Amino acid sequence: MAQPDYQVHDYDVIVIGAGGAGLRATIEAKERGLRTAVICKSLLGKAHTVMAEGGMAAAMANVWKEDNWQVHFRDTMRGGKMLNNWRMAQIHALEAPDRVYELERWGALFDRTDDGRISQRDFGGHRYARLAHVGDRTGLELIRTLQQKVVSMGTDVFMECKILRLLTDADGRVSGAVGYMRPTGEVVVFTAKAVVLATGSIGKSWKYTSNSWESVGDGHAMALWAGADVIDMECVQFHPTGMVWPLSVRGILVTEGVRGDGGVLRNSEGTRFMFNYVADMFRSETAETEEEADAWYDDHINNRRTPDLLPRDEVARAINSEVKAGRGSPHGGVFLDIATRRSAEYIRRRLPSMYHQFMELAGVDITAEAMEVGPTCHYMMGGVRVDAETQAATVPGLFAAGEVAGGMHGSNRLGGNSLSDLIVFGRRAGLGAADFAEGRRGDVGADQAQVASVVDEAFAPFGREGGHNPYDLHHELQETMQSLVGIIRKGPELEEALTKLEDLKQQAAKVHVSGGRQYNPGWNLATDLPSMITTSIAVTQGALNRTESRGGHTREDFPGPDPEMGKVNFVQRQRGEHGYLAPISIAPEPLPEMPAELRQLFEEGN
Amino acid sequence: MADAEDKVTMRVWRGDENGGEFTDYVMPAVEGEVVLDVVHRIQASEAPDLACRWNCKAGKCGSCSAEINGLPRLMCMTRMDTLPEGQPVTVAPMKTFPVIRDLVTDVSFNYEVARTIPAFEPGPEPEGGYRMMQVDVERGQEFRKCIECFMCQNVCHVIRDHEDNKPKYAGPRFFIRFAELEMHPLDVNDRRELAHDKGLGMCNITKCCTEVCPEHIKITDNGIIPMKERVVDARYDPVAWLGRKLTGRRKKTAEEAAAG
Repeated sequence: MAQPDYQVHDYDVIVIGAGGAGLRATIEAKERGLRTAVICKSLLGKAHTVMAEGGMAAAMANVWKEDNWQVHFRDTMRGGKMLNNWRMAQIHALEAPDRVYELERWGALFDRTDDGRISQRDFGGHRYARLAHVGDRTGLELIRTLQQKVVSMGTDVFMECKILRLLTDADGRVSGAVGYMRPTGEVVVFTAKAVVLATGSIGKSWKYTSNSWESVGDGHAMALWAGADVIDMECVQFHPTGMVWPLSVRGILVTEGVRGDGGVLRNSEGTRFMFNYVADMFRSETAETEEEADAWYDDHINNRRTPDLLPRDEVARAINSEVKAGRGSPHGGVFLDIATRRSAEYIRRRLPSMYHQFMELAGVDITAEAMEVGPTCHYMMGGVRVDAETQAATVPGLFAAGEVAGGMHGSNRLGGNSLSDLIVFGRRAGLGAADFAEGRRGDVGADQAQVASVVDEAFAPFGREGGHNPYDLHHELQETMQSLVGIIRKGPELEEALTKLEDLKQQAAKVHVSGGRQYNPGWNLATDLPSMITTSIAVTQGALNRTESRGGHTREDFPGPDPEMGKVNFVQRQRGEHGYLAPISIAPEPLPEMPAELRQLFEEGN
Repeated sequence: MADAEDKVTMRVWRGDENGGEFTDYVMPAVEGEVVLDVVHRIQASEAPDLACRWNCKAGKCGSCSAEINGLPRLMCMTRMDTLPEGQPVTVAPMKTFPVIRDLVTDVSFNYEVARTIPAFEPGPEPEGGYRMMQVDVERGQEFRKCIECFMCQNVCHVIRDHEDNKPKYAGPRFFIRFAELEMHPLDVNDRRELAHDKGLGMCNITKCCTEVCPEHIKITDNGIIPMKERVVDARYDPVAWLGRKLTGRRKKTAEEAAAG
């Protein structure tokens, strides 16, 4: 057993993750005067939020006065194929405008309308232009604004710190976390009255993804290991437009803002194929002709929306079908064309990052030629089951916000709803955690035996003879998830994936690494594997159990939605035994019931 | 298409605070790759403990700054086919910051400077919210494109060649932070004395920072020089002082800002 040789930091609230949700939660707890720290795996300001491009959705009605929270709520629920937690979707639609204005008071510089208000842009699935934005680098603006606010408050920030496990006390309450500092490899223990998970996504388990190395599902996995429920894990969003060429950049995001600003999808025959993929649910609000679709950009009242801006699940499936039918682009995607539709000056002003990204990485001038794009693993709708008001998980002392939390987006998230999710529910998680911390009685301490067992497990790969290289296992995991649990799924393939994942789970427990503990990416990856494998198993189990197609989850063997399945979440948890090697059980549970006055919003004519 | 036989030699600095040396890795050449891709392949095959920072791999987070063939670049945005063919590609850590290991440096200097900058502080909000014109926000937006790769800090000779200047010099990244706040239509703090105290005067506008900025921010022309002019106005120009009195433009002084 490793001798306890570590620093212990004691706080009221710790926040794990310093993307938009984590930073917003930190601000809230800190403002309450609580001893608060934020912990991040990278340097401050590098979290994946920085990659968000298009904007944050909020019904501020600055561009279309017809917009209001009810319309936003309805768009969100429809986009999620009604699997959303209605109360979260309602809170989100109600509070997003206040959170955006708050960012402005903290120094964010949004693009403006002609009369000096915050401008709003069109995006998929949103009836009105609704996304507050800064060119196509809105995520950077969000994270920098929150980062500068957090720093100006004198908050303690632990950078480049990987958290391995949550600590629990004898009553099962979460009481802290244990991890290591990446620059030194030293163990670090946090004790806290409340812990907020804001760890983001799980996308790094797929081969083609827009996610960075950080998105390994740490929070999803640690919540499960601590006994918390997770829901909707089968609902993974494949963004329709990732880069496909060159191979080394395959998966990098191409913002939906390209389509919001006039870009259209075409197949190899030059056809705007999205007109052939309009599901019944969206028929009444979608343009039938190219003329109507093109007129819609300037007149949303008398024209219907272009099908290029259908929700992401619809567009991703359509692209998949076109490529399968042999109408794809040379490198296995389709064409995204804005060059023939907007002036070069307009494109460079509205989409500077995209211009830059294609020019430098692919040698493509998007003001002169079409981009090649295809689906890329992008976003996790599923996550920790939380209380809509406080973001409390089902284990006391634990809270979750942002991508690691489940429920808000149902089976498919609308573009622009994630940044607003981060600030709305980041704040609420900070409030919830602060309330819990203030009310918590009794000592909060770190159980030495728990710490020691986590540390032993984390250090074990150094001493092992034989065993696999973590890079090889990661590669195998990505191949498995990409080919068997991708955008279109089948029962037998999911079964096959589960068998492989079970094998990988055992192999990852015997992984071998070389070198020392100081800034060692091979070892860091070895400690990420348990998170990736646990979440991959949960995704696959969810996908196997949801025998229908809904939102981000598509089953070739069950191609349509099943109304009965639309009434349940698949809830996964570890019963009895907890931890990486323990089994995860899965069962359907009914969705929270929407009140009648909100149900009315979905009836005919609305 | 690269020939299957094509190889590329990566000459990567390996070591820690106690010193180190360049190590050659001969890797297959792959079409369309950037330097970071090849570093990743080295990690996955020959050197699993080769330390480098990275996140977004799309030039948006500013994590993977390094000195490639002697020039500060983002590894994720430097295509291999833009580097001289047939010669080794050298990859070294940024020189201005202490090495942690291999390509990773201790950039905490920058985070310490950031802590000394008083927060944005808007004036009272009018009924119906703030209004700002696009043309007015664009000046600040240029500086807010900064991805904090710290390459401007790395090349600035005031600290690159003179370690002892660090305590009194904020560096180009933070001069544009001052400029951004000073030019923000709503901010009421006076950033000019602060910028002066943080060594703005030590910058002798060689524009090295502007040259390496991956976001193409005109750090010197649009940020530092206007700030120098404003500092001169604030400190020495009685006419400008009178003008501010008459127009009512009144930002908080450094002392007032620090006192909240």
